[in-house]
Amino acid sequence: MARTLITVPRTAKRDEIIEIRALVQHSMETGYRRSSEGDLLPRDLIRRFTCRFVPGAVANANTASTAGDLIFAATFHAAIAANPYLSFNLRATTSGTLVFTWEGDNGLAQSDTVNLLVA
Amino acid sequence: MTAAHAADARKSGFEFMQPSTQALQKDDTQNPAMLWVKDGEALWNKPEGAAVKSCANCHGEISRMKSVAARYPAYSSTQKKIINLSQQINLCRVTQQQASAWPVEHESLLGLEAAIAKESRGLPVAPPAQSQLADAQMRGETLFNQRIGQVDLSCRDCHETLAGKKLGGNVIPQGHATGYPIYRLEWQSVGSLQRRLRGCMTAVRAEPYAHGASELVDLEAYLAKRGAGMPLEAPAVRP
Repeated sequence: MARTLITVPRTAKRDEIIEIRALVQHSMETGYRRSSEGDLLPRDLIRRFTCRFVPGAVANANTASTAGDLIFAATFHAAIAANPYLSFNLRATTSGTLVFTWEGDNGLAQSDTVNLLVA
Repeated sequence: MTAAHAADARKSGFEFMQPSTQALQKDDTQNPAMLWVKDGEALWNKPEGAAVKSCANCHGEISRMKSVAARYPAYSSTQKKIINLSQQINLCRVTQQQASAWPVEHESLLGLEAAIAKESRGLPVAPPAQSQLADAQMRGETLFNQRIGQVDLSCRDCHETLAGKKLGGNVIPQGHATGYPIYRLEWQSVGSLQRRLRGCMTAVRAEPYAHGASELVDLEAYLAKRGAGMPLEAPAVRP
């Protein structure tokens, strides 16, 4: 389980543009580095980050990774620093749930959800 | 600004950083060290060891650790020596929780240290008045002024005489250890002051003291005296 820090305002006014910040702990090992013994360190990267918005009631954790509207996605490569940080904006229209997903090597599949209340 | 402030020529390493790196430290939602702090705060309440005790069982809320990090390294009456904060954490772990000590630079150890240090953010570095600590500070000062390695440099040569000038592309900071444990961009992770000190020793091609060596703790004690009164900024970000 990767550790994450997600910053989203708890409440927003309708049509307000809110900033979403997502920080994840990950080594982003490039696969090009060698250990002090000279062995190649195996590549271990986050490959893709997505943020989806599921309107209405709180999303079910099982269906969350494909449900809703994609609002932001990023494909990561070896040149991205460790512990990648992303910041992007969303126009808040209705209440719902933001679903953050990080996927990558060695079966990495980390999902986090944050509820957003639009008044 | 008060007269005392204006007269203080000491500057935190923060002042020597680029604005983009400063921004990372100033904003907790961007500071990657907060991932370690989050981990440390979870560990604070987690029962561990044969005693099945958490830090909170003895110490209460982590907010009660306010000002604790500002006084370390300090003399431990049970150990009869000067210890730093991470050694105190491991001491609690072994004697109170009856768990095995974490190895040096262990993620969990750094996390707890960062979480505890964060509670003292903004407070002045305040080494206690202890005769044993005063001795350690003197030993540390000798080490600070001692030229070492094939490059034949002392800490003072770079961090006092040449502070503010350039080493390669980087500005040499004054070497005030007010932000440890730090997230260092070069490491791409959180590390301790001892890791940083050992890095400098390797850079001047000297044989670094082992992690946890009393010489390193003495140096830490002198650095705390040298930075006494400066605000703590842990967990800091450094290039």
